[in-house]
Amino acid sequence: MQKNVRLSPADWILWGLTSVAIAVALYAAFLYAPTERTMGDIQRIFYFHVASAWIGFLAFFVVFVASIAYLATKAIKWDILAASSAEIGVVFSTLVLLTGPLWARPVWNTYWTWDPRLTSFLILWLIYIAYLMLRAYAGEEEKSARFAAVFGIIGFLDVPIVYASIRLWRTLHPKPVIAGGGSSGLAPQMLTSLFIALGAFLVLYIALLRLRIRLEKVNRAVRQLHLEINR
Amino acid sequence: MSYFAGIAAVYWKDVLLEFRTRQSLSTMFTFCLTIVIIFNFVFEPGSPAVLEVSPGVLWAAFTFSGLLGISRSFSFEIDRGGLQGLLLCPVERSTIYFGKVLGNATFMLLIEAVTFPIFVVFYNLPPNMNLLGLVLVFVLGTLGFVAVGTLLSAISANTKAREVLLPVLLFPVAVPVLVATVKSTGPLLRGEDLAQVASWVKLLLAFDLLFLAASSLTFEFIVEE
Repeated sequence: MQKNVRLSPADWILWGLTSVAIAVALYAAFLYAPTERTMGDIQRIFYFHVASAWIGFLAFFVVFVASIAYLATKAIKWDILAASSAEIGVVFSTLVLLTGPLWARPVWNTYWTWDPRLTSFLILWLIYIAYLMLRAYAGEEEKSARFAAVFGIIGFLDVPIVYASIRLWRTLHPKPVIAGGGSSGLAPQMLTSLFIALGAFLVLYIALLRLRIRLEKVNRAVRQLHLEINR
Repeated sequence: MSYFAGIAAVYWKDVLLEFRTRQSLSTMFTFCLTIVIIFNFVFEPGSPAVLEVSPGVLWAAFTFSGLLGISRSFSFEIDRGGLQGLLLCPVERSTIYFGKVLGNATFMLLIEAVTFPIFVVFYNLPPNMNLLGLVLVFVLGTLGFVAVGTLLSAISANTKAREVLLPVLLFPVAVPVLVATVKSTGPLLRGEDLAQVASWVKLLLAFDLLFLAASSLTFEFIVEE
């Protein structure tokens, strides 16, 4: 039987830390970082946009590693980790897809452009939506874990090839869109703010992940109880 | 039984079964032709835009109809307990995967070989195309699509959603194959040299090798009981 799965003191500390980190990140993004010269205040969305993207990648990388670990050991904890991280990864990458157009509209004069990064990120998002659907439809727990692990590996291996193919396509047919963004020539305060936002989202990811893992365990315990009652 | 004899046996079983029933091939071909005809309504006949969109039409028809065959390749095994029998065979599990990949690729390539001449006639394509280059791209593209498709078909056939899930899983993963085949088919249809599309061919080759390897390694985890 599942033992006590209430929030541990570590969780409370983690959530406290997350709140402080998010507050600091907001301060850094809105007050500490200088206003970008050509783009203006809208550029401040960059700190959260880029941080979400990186945490999204991190979450999917965790899915990949946990999937390999599950197939190698067949230990349920790896499946729970993969399922939880995938869901949070989809949340963060959805944030990327929502903040991106908000920034692009005033700066590029369009919500969306089929640029390599945008396109391959959209495909990446689709792959993990498919991953979640597979988990939902797979059936029994053990089968769902195996199938999802295989797809988690295949999907992650695909990401660099998707990026390469779309970059090749766009470099053969360049479009007159200014590839804006700010990886080059960032002011030092901007870079600091980016890392603060990244750190804040990292703590948020860990806090959410612990919560989601706990939820997954409770979920499975309830399902087990349900089966036992019906037997 | 040696490894390759195992692959050949699974392949031959699928081919024989298909040529006795012709269930997959006939639906695949009819569907493929239907897609080609439907896309005809999208643009004015004889407009110069035809040459520009025809690679996309062609590969939409090939992959959508190929999907029919791929999704059946495991579901019919499961319906009649055939998979159990295959798994009892004293061969490595990956031989089943490779046998099915070869079977699915054969069926798709057959459909492509029949549909392509009809397509050329329907869309009035100029005859000065690079046929040898096209064959290479068709084979590599089909192999890549089938390599991932066969693995994911084994997954989807075993879920509650069955065939409905396969396109959702397969198409996002197969995006590099679709981009590479469409982008290299265009210049080859215009009769350009294979060297013009060398980087696409290399990408297809890399995709094929990576996913044949990764799929054959992970396949045994899908069919284990």
